[in-house]
Amino acid sequence: MNGFWEQFTFYALAVLVLGSALMVVTLRNIVHCAFFLIMAFLGVAGLFVLLYAEFIAGVQVLIYVGAITVLILFAIMLTQKVLGVRLKQNNTLSPLGVVAGVSFFALVGAITFGSAGNLFGVHGEPTIAPRITTIAESLLGNGSYVLPFEIASLLLLVAMVGAIVIAREKDQ
Amino acid sequence: MITVNHYVLLSAALFAIGIYGVVARRNAVGVLMCVELMLNAVNINMIAFARYVTPARVTGQVFAVFIITVAAAEVAIGLALVINLYRNMNKINVDEVNLMKW
Amino acid sequence: MSSGLLEYAWLIPVVPFIAFLIIVFCGHRLRNASAYVAIGGMAGAFLLAFPCFLVMARGAQPISHNFHWITLGNARIDLGYQVDSLTAVMLMVVTFIGSLIFIYSSGYMEGDPGYHRFFAYLSLFACAMLLLVLANNFVMLYAGWEGVGLCSYLLIGFWFEKPSAMRAAKKAFLVTRTGDCGLALGIFLLYSKTGSVSFEPIFSAAREHPHEIVFTIAALLIFFGAVGKSAQFPLHVWLPDAMEGPTPVSALIHAATMVAAGVYLVARSYALFEAGGEHSIALQVVAWIGVITAFMAATIAVAQNDIKRVLAYSTISQLGFMMLGLGVGGYTAGVFHLMTHAFFKALLFLGSGSVIHGFHHEQDMMKMGGLKKVMPYTFATYFIGYLALAGVPPFAGFWSKDEILHHAMMHNFPIFLLGAAAAFLTAFYMTRQMCLVFAGQQRDTHIHAHESPAVMTVPLMVLALFSALIGLVGATGHSFHHFVHFGEEAPAPFSVPVALVSLFVAGAGIGLGWSLYGKKPLARPEDDPLLRLGKLYTFLENKWYFDEVYDKIVIQPLLWITRTLSRFDQKVIDGAVNLVGILTIIFSRLHQLFDLYIVDGMVNLVGIVTRKIGVTGRYLQTGLVQGYLLVVYLGVVVLVVWQLYAAK
Repeated sequence: MNGFWEQFTFYALAVLVLGSALMVVTLRNIVHCAFFLIMAFLGVAGLFVLLYAEFIAGVQVLIYVGAITVLILFAIMLTQKVLGVRLKQNNTLSPLGVVAGVSFFALVGAITFGSAGNLFGVHGEPTIAPRITTIAESLLGNGSYVLPFEIASLLLLVAMVGAIVIAREKDQ
Repeated sequence: MITVNHYVLLSAALFAIGIYGVVARRNAVGVLMCVELMLNAVNINMIAFARYVTPARVTGQVFAVFIITVAAAEVAIGLALVINLYRNMNKINVDEVNLMKW
Repeated sequence: MSSGLLEYAWLIPVVPFIAFLIIVFCGHRLRNASAYVAIGGMAGAFLLAFPCFLVMARGAQPISHNFHWITLGNARIDLGYQVDSLTAVMLMVVTFIGSLIFIYSSGYMEGDPGYHRFFAYLSLFACAMLLLVLANNFVMLYAGWEGVGLCSYLLIGFWFEKPSAMRAAKKAFLVTRTGDCGLALGIFLLYSKTGSVSFEPIFSAAREHPHEIVFTIAALLIFFGAVGKSAQFPLHVWLPDAMEGPTPVSALIHAATMVAAGVYLVARSYALFEAGGEHSIALQVVAWIGVITAFMAATIAVAQNDIKRVLAYSTISQLGFMMLGLGVGGYTAGVFHLMTHAFFKALLFLGSGSVIHGFHHEQDMMKMGGLKKVMPYTFATYFIGYLALAGVPPFAGFWSKDEILHHAMMHNFPIFLLGAAAAFLTAFYMTRQMCLVFAGQQRDTHIHAHESPAVMTVPLMVLALFSALIGLVGATGHSFHHFVHFGEEAPAPFSVPVALVSLFVAGAGIGLGWSLYGKKPLARPEDDPLLRLGKLYTFLENKWYFDEVYDKIVIQPLLWITRTLSRFDQKVIDGAVNLVGILTIIFSRLHQLFDLYIVDGMVNLVGIVTRKIGVTGRYLQTGLVQGYLLVVYLGVVVLVVWQLYAAK
């Protein structure tokens, strides 16, 4: 991939992601927000592809776009009664939120540019294209993340049970 | 040429938007969506570092997998809480749930 | 008979004391039987004392036993008892007359609600009196002395529901207590001088240093105690009032024994009085006080109409005779008179009690008269007592009084004259009494007199027998001299002139009395020839105005002083105390304010500050989760910035 297309794709995706994210945090209709969230997730998935992480990109689409957004939409529907377009969606802290966000971006920018582009000791284009077997090896190979992997599965189980318990309608 | 700095800045921007959303949104579901945005920003960072810093071992991608897992769990719990909250108090705006207030 | 008997002499006071305890604790159940217990106690004491007397009469050596009582620092104080001839005489007098009076009392007090209480007191009295007599030291003597004083108080006030009895008891107690102070001071003085309270060391010290002024002072102090107890001038005022008590009490305590304790004390401490020689100051004082008392009391007795008051003043007068006898060196005579007087005065008192008992508790002689026919036994015995007191030979009083007058004449002629006058008056007022009570016709016919029961008359007869005969002990061969005296003084010979003088004096008194009252017995009280004396009679009737004078010079100033002191107490001392109190209150008020505003203020300030902080700080708890999150985020930012820039 040459430089131009790469740059073009990056900026396009960046615009998509950031724009969608802005919509998510500013729109009054929460359902619209959810849809813009999907757009943002898809943009992020594109970025992953751009970064040669096709597996993660797939996972991103499957989990975020597929599962989480649907979950969110279900939650929205379940709580539909108090949701209204005309309801004010931002609270009194929103100016402070702006300040916080800007300050974070400024901080990271300052760090990034303060280190003159050499923050991570990396120069130039990486050449190795990781394959999916690499990820599998990293996750499950010798001396790798088997234990955290298992714990993560346990965590998912616990979260699932917990979610059911919390959300279950008390029948009494 | 797109460098790691671009990605860092992008993720920082996305994260900043998430911060704003978490702080400013009233709707609990909206807050959860913003949290997802922030997690995505982190993931972008992870993948970018995996690509540029440790291309051989793809540690960043492994971490991204874990983050996605945790995010899924978090969203499940969070939405369950929201539903429970709604059921008990008939409200889901965070600033209205202030029983712990003075 | 061995002198080993004497070893048990200490039991003598114990027996009546046991009787006392029994009556005190079981009296309400014993009721009239308590009289038998008391009589038994007294008779037991007599049975113990009588062998002692016999042993001593046979010339046994006096014994004295000490036991260690207490050690105060270096001072070791021994108590103990002794039996010598003087003690033996006193023991006999107390136990024998006491027994008779106890028997008499059981009849006299018949039906009194306080019957067993009376006998409890009597037994306690007997115990105290015997303790006094048996003591070989001043401490035990003082204990007995106070004991008899207490019993005297209790018995005078026996009918305490009568205000007059109550007052009399108080008066007796306070006046004798005045004398007791002297005795106590004398004992202290002797102890500080000799370091001992026992008689023997003190008296031998006095004999060794006859010119020590200390012993004279001590003798005078002791004599002051005797003055109080024996009702000598000027502390005699309590004895006539003491007649408020039951008559047996008057006979036992206020005639025969307790009042004689003063005489006994002087006799016992004779070594101290003799220390300055035969004409020592102490003896002079004793003699003069004695004769003044004898004369004064005799004059008062003349003008009294109460049958017991006459006897009371007669007792004072006779006690004065005893003191007089001791004071003029007639030691034996004094003690001898003590003994004879105990018999015949007890007889007279019991006789008067019998009269009063038979006359339905009326004591005014002016209402009596002609009782000779109604009370033959009482009259006969009373007559013997009268003769003995008046000094008619061969009855008891003659011998002892004659001996006293004899000593007086040898020593001090003015005293002799006053004594003779007193003897004359004695014969006169006794004749007057006899005539008023027994001769002629009963003046107050509303009262139906009767003879007393045998339980009362039999003791009278026994006493009459002794009153008649006991004088002969001294008369024949002066055996009493050998018996009572220490043997230093030559026995006074029986002097015929003196005997004639005293006989003449007695005869004159009796003759005068007979001519005034006996020949033509009074028909009405207004016919009393003494009334012709006018103001002198009033003076005598009012007892030389002693009570009034004491009221003016002692009691009123005393009351004034106490009132002043009371006011001083109220105003100044209480004022000071109150001032302290007020100051304390003021101070505490200030302290309270300090507490309230400073200390509490500080505490409250802490609370208030905490509260303010809390009130202010709680607004941080907005309940808005996102606000908290923001703060956390800001903290993170600060930390990061600090890490990046500041910490390098």
